[in-house]
Amino acid sequence: MTPLGFLDYLIANRMEVLAKTAEHLYLVGTSVGIAAFLGVPTGILLTRREKLRRPVLGFVNVLQTIPSLALFGFLIPVPLIGGIGARTAIVALTGYALLPIVRNTFEGIRGIDPAIRETGLAMGMTDAQLLREVELPLALGVILAGVRLATVIGVGIATIAAAIGAGGLGEFIFQGISMVNNQVILAGAIPAALLALAADAGLGRLERRYLKWHTTDRE
Amino acid sequence: MVEFDEVSLRLGGRVVLQSISFGLERGETAVILGQSGAGKSSALRLVNRLLEPTAGTVRVDGIPTTKWDPIELRRRIGYIIQQIGLFPHRTVAENVSLVPRLLGWERSDQERRTAEMLELVGLPRSEFALRFPAELSGGQQQRVGVARALAADPAILLADEPFGALDPVTRSELQREFQDLTHRLAKAVIFVTHDVREAIRIGDRILLLEEGRIAFSGTPAEFRGSELDAVRAFQPEAGE
Repeated sequence: MTPLGFLDYLIANRMEVLAKTAEHLYLVGTSVGIAAFLGVPTGILLTRREKLRRPVLGFVNVLQTIPSLALFGFLIPVPLIGGIGARTAIVALTGYALLPIVRNTFEGIRGIDPAIRETGLAMGMTDAQLLREVELPLALGVILAGVRLATVIGVGIATIAAAIGAGGLGEFIFQGISMVNNQVILAGAIPAALLALAADAGLGRLERRYLKWHTTDRE
Repeated sequence: MVEFDEVSLRLGGRVVLQSISFGLERGETAVILGQSGAGKSSALRLVNRLLEPTAGTVRVDGIPTTKWDPIELRRRIGYIIQQIGLFPHRTVAENVSLVPRLLGWERSDQERRTAEMLELVGLPRSEFALRFPAELSGGQQQRVGVARALAADPAILLADEPFGALDPVTRSELQREFQDLTHRLAKAVIFVTHDVREAIRIGDRILLLEEGRIAFSGTPAEFRGSELDAVRAFQPEAGE
């Protein structure tokens, strides 16, 4: 294999690589989207209900520790959310995306200077106003960082989803392993790595745009 | 305006205030003086119902705070704290117009009021309205804090060591302006501090709080002349 042999392979199979990249993006985008939809409200709830903190954070923590290949395997026989294919993969990926999003939402809000919360309250803000006008805007940077982390982790884990027929760039990797062909492995691994970098950079830009009030050093 | 009637407060099993009674009229500034942990800030928080008394009654406009809707009560009381608590993601103008906005004022009224308030605290609107708090000095931030607390024209103003973090020159400047302003606007002010000189300079009346009880109550002149141990313990600082 020439050092750049995989490039030739990539170019020869570019349509397939693009299709798999799109599948990959779909898996990660959908699961992170669902996880944000569920995880941000959950994180907010945890700042309001102290009793729920330990069980909920514990649950998403445990979810994170299940080896991904095993989780995909466990889900196959489960009715409705299981089976072979993309749906099962999205369920599992959503589970992995929950921890950074729930955790960052919770910590982001809890990390706000108590003096700011207190003045908000003392000025006569209702809880909803405090959340909408003060806590969420101030925690947004940390929340977005959680979404970003979840996305980058998701791009990696999604390669394994090919093992249960969910498609994505992992197919090249598994194919390459069974063929003992590094070029094919790299055709999956390199676009996946680039995807992770691009997602990281893109969401990082978004983060900075929303934090324009951070104009000078504060603390 | 504000009346403490045999008020006691317990927080987490600890006695913070014991049988505190005093009243405050419009145009009057009462300074609560005491060492840290004496219960000064807790006394303030009882007025806007961030805390509720364990025993006794705190009345605002003759009505016990526990009978007030806390949101409505708080919107009628200005509040300034040492940490300032400006919203860092909001401009100076947005910070100042907060309570008028919460009260549902017309936008044009909010803007007019904000401009007035900024003039009042010596921060011309043209220069400061659109800046963020992080772009201001500590003294300027605290001026915005004062403007914000006064914006909805509350009859009552609570101040919790508002100038404690400022350098001495800025502090005495703000003390003078604050006293001038609150008397001119005839506010009922409760001002908390551990600084004797500040208490004497700002207060019409000084309440010395010691371990949750009022150890002394009187005018600054009476305070200086007092032979009480608790007062004398505080006096040496005044000569520093």
